[in-house]
Amino acid sequence: MTICRRSLVITLTGCSLAFGTIYTATVFAQPEERPDAALNMLVHEPPTMEDLENSELHPELKKVIRYGHDLFTNTQQLRGENVFNDMNCSSCHLGEGRVPFSAPVWAVAITLPDFRGKNQHVNNLEERIAGCFAYSMNGVPPEYGSDEMLALSAYHQWLATGAPMYPDKPIYGRGFPAPDEPAEEPDYARGEAAYQENCSICHQNDGSGHYENGEYVFPAPWGDGSNNWGAGIARVETMAGFIYQNMPLGQPRSLSDQDAWDIAYFISSQERPQDPRYTGDVAETAERFGPTFHNRSLYGQTREHDGHVLGDHDNFGEKGDLKPWNVGMPRFENLSEE
Amino acid sequence: MNKKYLSRFGLLIGISLVTGGALAQQGDAERGQAAAATCTACHQADGSGMNVPNGESWPRLAGLNADYIAKQLHDFKAGQRQNATMMTFANMLDDQQIADVAEYYSQMPVTPGQGGDEADEALLARGQQLAERGDWNAYIVSCQSCHGPGGTGVGSTFPGVASQHAGYISAQLRAWKNETRINDPQNLMGAIAKRMSDNDIQAVSAWYAMQPGSEEQETAQ
Repeated sequence: MTICRRSLVITLTGCSLAFGTIYTATVFAQPEERPDAALNMLVHEPPTMEDLENSELHPELKKVIRYGHDLFTNTQQLRGENVFNDMNCSSCHLGEGRVPFSAPVWAVAITLPDFRGKNQHVNNLEERIAGCFAYSMNGVPPEYGSDEMLALSAYHQWLATGAPMYPDKPIYGRGFPAPDEPAEEPDYARGEAAYQENCSICHQNDGSGHYENGEYVFPAPWGDGSNNWGAGIARVETMAGFIYQNMPLGQPRSLSDQDAWDIAYFISSQERPQDPRYTGDVAETAERFGPTFHNRSLYGQTREHDGHVLGDHDNFGEKGDLKPWNVGMPRFENLSEE
Repeated sequence: MNKKYLSRFGLLIGISLVTGGALAQQGDAERGQAAAATCTACHQADGSGMNVPNGESWPRLAGLNADYIAKQLHDFKAGQRQNATMMTFANMLDDQQIADVAEYYSQMPVTPGQGGDEADEALLARGQQLAERGDWNAYIVSCQSCHGPGGTGVGSTFPGVASQHAGYISAQLRAWKNETRINDPQNLMGAIAKRMSDNDIQAVSAWYAMQPGSEEQETAQ
């Protein structure tokens, strides 16, 4: 067993099969969906912080990885410099970025550099993390190569320890897989009722989340404390996936497909800080970034019950006029001339 | 004129709704002290309760959120939280008295938790891990993700667990695990408790019993 654990990458063969079964059945997947889902997929169990302490890595590297973990789980320490909302990385990437179906972050360490549809060029790990700062944290990323960026990258890469680079199989539990299409079209009023029943106790009726004595407890699903319009989770299907796979906290896949989609539709119909790619006109922005992004969000659409056009404002949240330097940064211009 | 009158009338209704709501819920600590005379036998005059090894521990009430205490008393009365002793005593209180005793205990300074000092280092380390980071391999989310940083409680729904008695915390976690306590909202505690081993329960109980439950207490220690 110890030998299997040490390999960390579980391919469903030999003795790994036994471990893979225990691991996925008890932790990361519903038992009934495991055999099919895990077959011919890359199932990876990232190391824990206890594994880090027990490892043979250089003590200085351990310090940097610990700092990366600390930044990941308490990103609010960068508030006002790099973060301008109420979120931590771990607000969406639950379980310190390790948990399947909660967009485990080690996946980017073994799949990047790669072409990214959202910004139409090849991104590496640092650029991908910078994207999170610009959109999900409504902020301004730490510089490439800075202590913070290096520590976060190191944490991501260390989580991928033992997983193959550029895997030839799909990654088990990657992203926030959306539930099946619901029987009925997602509906605002049904979503609002389901939100109040299942989410309000922590995230509040007004979506502001919860701070206790000034300290972060529950993140804000919308409003100035939340991610901006350009964040991946502003897309309805991504929010539906996050909710279905992870919420209420501690009870994954407990909501119906319909509830998850309805709640996602309701949350996605609320206001949040402007997309940093905003051209000054919501319709133009929605059109320009439609094919690569906003076709799957409600940005620029008119809310039925009150006629409000979503994203039609110039509120950039707490960061005000600050512009994230990475948004729209051209890359590989020499190559594109070829 | 008409409009002005209407808006004034609306304001009046608003005010009476607010005061009506407040009257039903607002407790009075002084009245609470009188009503709490029967509580002190177990919960003590200073609200500290008592850790009873191998018996039923009496929780510290001092410094707990008033609305949380009131909900528990209502739940005991209604049978939504099972405890023979507490049902008897809760039944002796009317709604106003419940609000009053809740207010009375909530205003007391937090007293130290008991029952954690015999735990060894490994158990406390596990307790700290569960409290602050959880164990996601078993899908146990950290305690502080709901009970707040330091485990000192969040709003009226998630009670402070830091500086609570180890015997009480572990008895409650076992009760959730065995489904003999089910009065948490949306099974938020029950779902987690079911994934905790007996060792996990002992570990967090000991850890939180030894943590300061308030800033004042932290400074004093």
